Formats: sequence, C-alpha cells, structure tokens
Amino acid sequence: MNPGLPSLDELYREVILDHYQSPRNRGRLADPDVASAGSNPLCGDEIELSLRIRDGQVADVAFEGRGCSISQASASMMTEAIKGRPLAEVREVLGAFKRLMTERDATDVDLAALGDLEALQGVRRYPVRVKCAVLPWNVLQESLDLYRAGQARARAREE
Amino acid sequence: MLDVQRIRADFPILQRTVNGKPLVYLDNAATSQKPRAVIEALKDYYERYNANVHRGVHTLSQEATDAYEAVRGQVARFIHARAPEEVVFVRNTTEAINLVSYAWARRVLRPGDELVVTEMEHHSNLIPWQLAARDTGAVLRLVPLRDDGTLDLDRYAALLSPRTRLVAVSHMSNALGTINPVADMARLAHAHGALVLVDGAQSVPHLPVDVQALGCDFLAFSGHKMLGPTGVGVLWARREILEGMDPFLGGGNMILQVWWDHAEWNEVPFRFEAGTPDIADVVAFGPALEYLAALGMDNIRAHELELTHYALERLREIDGLVIYGPQDAASRGGVFSFGLGDLHPHDIGTVLDAEGVAIRAGHHCCQPLMRRLGVPATARASFYLYNTLEEVDALVAALGKVQQIFGRARAAV
Repeated sequence: MNPGLPSLDELYREVILDHYQSPRNRGRLADPDVASAGSNPLCGDEIELSLRIRDGQVADVAFEGRGCSISQASASMMTEAIKGRPLAEVREVLGAFKRLMTERDATDVDLAALGDLEALQGVRRYPVRVKCAVLPWNVLQESLDLYRAGQARARAREE
Repeated sequence: MLDVQRIRADFPILQRTVNGKPLVYLDNAATSQKPRAVIEALKDYYERYNANVHRGVHTLSQEATDAYEAVRGQVARFIHARAPEEVVFVRNTTEAINLVSYAWARRVLRPGDELVVTEMEHHSNLIPWQLAARDTGAVLRLVPLRDDGTLDLDRYAALLSPRTRLVAVSHMSNALGTINPVADMARLAHAHGALVLVDGAQSVPHLPVDVQALGCDFLAFSGHKMLGPTGVGVLWARREILEGMDPFLGGGNMILQVWWDHAEWNEVPFRFEAGTPDIADVVAFGPALEYLAALGMDNIRAHELELTHYALERLREIDGLVIYGPQDAASRGGVFSFGLGDLHPHDIGTVLDAEGVAIRAGHHCCQPLMRRLGVPATARASFYLYNTLEEVDALVAALGKVQQIFGRARAAV
C-alpha cells in the first residue's frame, strides 16, 4: 500500500496519526493554576490548556480541543514533552519548537531533546499548516505568561 | 453538450501538473481559471491602447474608452439589463453590495425598518447589512435554513411586513450549492414594498440569469468567477433606483460640476465609478463574457448538471462521507460541501493537493452557517465548464487516499 507521495508520508508520520487518534493528557484539570485557550478562526482549530504548577515544575497538564490532525497531535505531544519539567526547560522546548517550525534554517535545534515532536518537522514543507502545529504552543506561551504575571502580582502583594 | 476537451485546450493552466499529478481544479466557487483570450486581451490592452478613460481627446484614450464601454454593453446583454447605464463596474461582489449598503440603504433606512437576509449568506451579503443596521437603527431579520439545506419559505413569507425595506439573498449558495427561488421571493418582497438584492456571485457564472425574469432590483456578481480577471465586479440596478441614489465614493469622473463647497453628480453609472477604474481587467472581461455566451449558459448548466448527478452518485459511494445541502441535482449547483468521518477538512485538503486535486477547506466565509451545520469547517469541491467526469473519478480516488492514510493509523491503534 502506498498512501501517497513521500512528502505526504513525511507530514502524516505514524507517530503523529497515533497522537491524533489516541491523544495523551486529554481533558481539563479540576484545579489548574493557570488555563488558557486559543483558536485559528480560519480553519476552526481550537485548543484549551490547563496546567498545575508545583515547585516551579509542570506537575500536571491537560488539553481539550478540536481541529485537524496536526493541531491535535501537536497538542498531545506538547503535553508529554512538558509534563514534569521545570518551567525554565519548558520555555526552552517552546522556543526550540517554534524555531523548528518557523525558521528556514533551524539547524541548531536539538531534535533529540524534542522527542516525538521531532516528527512534526514535515509540517514545515506545508506553510499553510505551520499555524496548526504552532497553535497549542501559542496557548502554552500565553499560559506561562499569565502564570508569571500572576506570580509577580502575588510577590508585589507580599511586599 | 459541450466539447470539454476542446474547451480545456483554451485554458493554459489546465495543462500544468501539481505535485507530479495533472491538475484537477475543483475550486471554481473561489475563482475560475482564465481562457487564453482573456489573458491575451490584458496583454493587448497594455501593449496597444493603454490610456485613461473618459478623459483625453487623444486616440489611445478614445480606444480605451470605447473598449471599456463596449464591455458595459456586453454585461448588460449578458444579464438582460434594459440599458448599459444600469451596469456599474466595481472591484467585486463585496464592493457591489457595500455600494448598495452605503449609497442606498443608509439613505432610506429609518429606526425600526427591517432588512431581511438568509442563514446561508456569504459574509459579504451579511456584514454590510449588519453595519447598515447598526448605523441606522434598522433591524436585521434572518430567513432560517431547513435541514435539507433549502430556505424555509413559509418563515420567509411570515417575516415580510410593511417595515421590510430590503431582502438580500444569494441566488446560489457558495457553501451548500442550493439554488434559491429568488424570482418567487422577489414577487413576495415587492408585494410588501421592499426592494430585492440578489447576490449572483455563484449563479451568474453558472446559470442563465435574466434580471427581468428574476424581477430583482439589484444584482451583484464578480468577473473573476466567470473566466474574467480579478478586479472587476458588477452592480446592476434598475435605472430609476440608481438615479435616486447618492454617490458611494467621491472623486474624479463621478461629477459634472464642482465648486469649492459642493458638486453636481454625474449621470449614472459614472456617478458610482469615482477615480480611474480597473480598465485593463474590465477590457479583458469582454472576451470572458463572449466565451460564455458563445457556449451558451443553458449548455453550461446542462454540463454542470451532468457533473453534479455523477458527483452525487460517486461521492455517496464513499463510506462516512456526508454531503451538506440539497441531495438532488436539479435544486443545486455544482458546489459540494462535504465532511469525511471526523476528519478535519484541512487534512482532507492537504492529501487531495498531494494528488493534484485542488479543493477549498474552511468556513467559506459562512461562519454562522457552519455553526448552524454544527461543523467548524467543510471541504468543498466546485465544478465548472472545463471539468470532466474523469475529474470526479480523480476526486473520489483521492478521497480514497485520505481514508487509506487515516485508516492506516486507526488500524494500528
């Protein structure tokens, strides 16, 4: 069975389809420290993210959403990539992934550190689909920024 | 019947390949491809008689003006207008509708007046009326859609009242393919003293359209969806209505006499064509109209009906495929919105593109309609005069590929 051109195989890698059809960490956390949502109105992709943060680490994370295989698989992989990691590392992964998606020559990105996410590389050859892959990460970025702003406000109140 | 192979030879772009496969262009509801005669007319204009219109006394300007005005006459004949003066050139359907919204509706609407639109309108026949209602205190009323993708005409009749000032309705839905009974709707609206605007963006390219038979007051459509270049739209309106309207944009060409503090408007249609128009593209729209007229709009409709029958039959063979809109060919055009299982239309569109098949995936500028259908978006294949039954087969085969790719993953889970 030949499911299409090599480039199509590259886009729809097994691991992507697997995350799409069996998403990890799907749902909403009951008591999140921060939650955020985003959408691509043009294609109708939607992602909601909730995070629990303990001792500067992502203690738990969950996502809800609907949309294309790329946006949903990217969200699922993202939750796996950041769960249990310190926020500083999460920001590093976030930056590396966005560079991988949007920069033509992102050779300095450590693919091994990205785990399954490396499979999304093929999306780069489909410029209109890059925003699908990046959507969950924009929501993550917003969540981290919200959390950081909340922490700063709390510190200001204490002082 | 059309000699489709001969027609295809007139469209240079249909010879190209996409991702190594012959192009199967099924995004005609978005824009059509152009025959060689249109492309050459553009070049010919710029190489031989490029000049501004309605201005100079020199030869080039006279030739350009003659060519530009000749196309106005062609448009008038094409839609059976009474006179070329009833044809206003604008950029596209959207601008034509906005012209009516600004130059007519805002002048006549009073608080409590009502505008009637339908649930299947393109954003371009919805937002201009939302804005006019907001600015005047008029109220927007909606004709609901029935589950079969047709308008609820009983509810439509019940919505009309002496407060109704305008009914704005698409002749053919760009998302569902539904052909609306606009002549009957216009009769009913007129009985209540309302005017009728028909959005002909999808119908004028595909069906014989006669404004006298439709009995509407305004008709808006775009040249680029009917073999013409981008940049040319048409607003047709009854002469007496145009003559009672204020200008839309102010500037050159739309005036007779100008003083420091006031001006006298030019005659119609020039009153509505401020500034230098898109001369080259209007001129090149001429051969497009000629091409369609030579084939005959009845023959084009007959060819698309054959494609529609066949597409309905073949698409229904596909497991999990849902076609939105009317299920019989006679009450629809060759525009098919569909879903495939729980797959997102963008995944469908990407796989089809790898097979050389160009379709649209998205909300088709009909977000409220998508919500009504309960989907974020649909995939849409839309046909035109140069499409073949074999291209329907290519679409079906490519959809098989989509199922193969996504079924493969399901099997592995």
